[in-house]
Amino acid sequence: MQVIFKLYATLQDYLPAEAKKTNSFPLEVGPGTTAQHVIEQFQLPQKLCHLVLIDGRFVPPAERATRVLKEGETLAIWPPVAGG
Amino acid sequence: MAWTRKILRVDLTNGTCKSEPLNMEWAQQYLGQRGLATKYFISEVDPKVDPLSPANKMIMATGPLTGTPASTGGRYSVITKGALTGAIACSNSGGYFGAELKFAGWDMIIFEGKSPKPVYLSIENDKAELKDAAHLWGKTVWQTEEIIKKTHQDPQIRVSSIGRSGENGVMYACIVNDLHRAAGRSGVGTVMGSKNLKAVAVRGTLGLGGLKDAKGFFAAATAAKKVLADNAVTGQGLPAFGTQVLMNVINEMGALPTRNHRDVQFEGARGISAEAMAEKRPSDGKSHLVTNAACFGCTIACGRISRIDEKHFSVVNKPEYWGASGGLEYEAAWALGAANGVGDLEALQFANLICNEDGFDPISFGATVGAAMELYDLGILTKEQIGMDAPFGSAEALCKLAEMTARGEGFGKELGLGSARLCEKYGKPELSMGVKKQEFPAYDSRGIQGMGLAYATSNRGACHLRGYTVASEVLGIPIKTDPLTTDGKADLVKAFQDATSVFDSAGVCVFTTFAWTLADLQPQLNAACEGEWTMEKLAEVGERVWNMERLFNNAAGFTAKDDDLPPRLKTEAAKTGPAKGLVSGIDKMRPEYYKARGWDANGVPTKETLARLGL
Ligand code: SF4
Repeated sequence: MQVIFKLYATLQDYLPAEAKKTNSFPLEVGPGTTAQHVIEQFQLPQKLCHLVLIDGRFVPPAERATRVLKEGETLAIWPPVAGG
Repeated sequence: MAWTRKILRVDLTNGTCKSEPLNMEWAQQYLGQRGLATKYFISEVDPKVDPLSPANKMIMATGPLTGTPASTGGRYSVITKGALTGAIACSNSGGYFGAELKFAGWDMIIFEGKSPKPVYLSIENDKAELKDAAHLWGKTVWQTEEIIKKTHQDPQIRVSSIGRSGENGVMYACIVNDLHRAAGRSGVGTVMGSKNLKAVAVRGTLGLGGLKDAKGFFAAATAAKKVLADNAVTGQGLPAFGTQVLMNVINEMGALPTRNHRDVQFEGARGISAEAMAEKRPSDGKSHLVTNAACFGCTIACGRISRIDEKHFSVVNKPEYWGASGGLEYEAAWALGAANGVGDLEALQFANLICNEDGFDPISFGATVGAAMELYDLGILTKEQIGMDAPFGSAEALCKLAEMTARGEGFGKELGLGSARLCEKYGKPELSMGVKKQEFPAYDSRGIQGMGLAYATSNRGACHLRGYTVASEVLGIPIKTDPLTTDGKADLVKAFQDATSVFDSAGVCVFTTFAWTLADLQPQLNAACEGEWTMEKLAEVGERVWNMERLFNNAAGFTAKDDDLPPRLKTEAAKTGPAKGLVSGIDKMRPEYYKARGWDANGVPTKETLARLGL
């Protein structure tokens, strides 16, 4: 099944080349794939995975390993950032 | 140098400048800058005063840490009754002006009356005089600064001035210092213009002194700087990406107000984000972003310096805009972009440059354009009235309207009214997206519920910087709360509002609070300032300042019904994203907040609350 995977700010270094212009790309994942599985698959440093959203909703660190991705969902991740 | 203990009182009507001692008893109760200047203001000005009459006063104030080596210790604020809002206004600016004023030996300048002709105030340490500004009237902020530096033959003079918009009565005119730092909101520049005061030029060489415990202060400031450097947000995130990094975050969360709040997600968000600013554009192979920048003494350096694409339609044959200049920050990019459905990054930077050059608030301007575009979409405003087609998404209209507003030409004059007065004029007051006549900043209160309450109860009208609960609801600072619920938001908003009042009264930047708490600020203040500055005392100062501002607004005629959001946010649910189906829960949160504050059901502080705070 397919999900959308987005990486921003310093994490965009981990994007495949074709996704650099959009920060976003479709990702094939198997059933039962969790947010944490994707983080590991792309070798994202854990401490940079600060803001993890699935369809815009915050996934607390404790739930990343259990929150299973569903078809068509969007997983978006940011390092620690802020604005005003 | 903590307090210099000196105030400069400038009587514009009679053309006099006098020094007077700072009221040190008040300094112990209100600290400085926002708190202390507001205390002076409300003690001297009738709350019912017409903001644009000579009887209104305007104060430029530093905090006790302004000019010290505390990180970000370069801030100053402008306190007055806001032209846009009719409420207490306090607009805070960075850059270098505030520190220079301190180095000249002044805690604050109180302007009163109205000059019979355009003047500027020239300060060189303890020498202060009003000078003729006939040659500066009609000039932009950028020209004014250049001319003053040339006239005084001193490139190190720091200048704060109004542009043509402040002269022309744009209701949300700013006071701009150091070319692109501004006391931006509530129309403080409009008040300055109404007084025929074009600029304040300061040169200060008296340096640093008067710290209570200099050694202790340097140790505390160094420790606090380490906290900023070690924190991932203030040490890495903000310097690398600036505030603009929020564009994609807030869009993903479904809280990015789009097309005058009709939508909560903008399909063009990525193209106007920090990520887009950093990538090479196809036209010239250069990135929009040139570098980051810092205000005086700041070890965060969140500022953005960018270069516009010379081939962009907005600047063809206008080489004066081709150099590197300030922007885009998140709020400006949102207001000029998503709020109008405009996804052209270069167009946003052009409009932003015009706002800086002629001194008007890009948040209020952008949001007012958004309201005008909705009126156009509804057929209430026509092409003939506006002077062009102005559908949502038109970068051409945005750029032209920015120039027309700066110059006070055609429909630009109407945009200068701000969205509340514009929508009222055309019979659709409900389409103005703001509180107390001030336009919302870049967070939708359906998707971030706490911000709705923070906007509704902000003493200076809709504002994100009075109580930035986004830190908690989105970013998890200091703890993560759920943005979609109203539960607990009354206490959260109160806590943010009170703490922010302390930071704004100290002379440091509120962005330090992404890493600092009051516990990081307290040792710096306690070592710098005479007296004992405990955590308890600071917490009380914050709450006292907030209630004092509230009392002024109540006396000015504001009531609980002004602590409200436009009907759109209470009746039209978010269409997409996590908040889909939600409206703002402001009506539930408001009474909870009044209770948390110790106010009665009408939003009036009770006798007990006032007694507790010594008000
Ligand atoms: S954090 Fe940004 S706005 Fe604040 S003082 Fe530093 S550069 Fe200026």
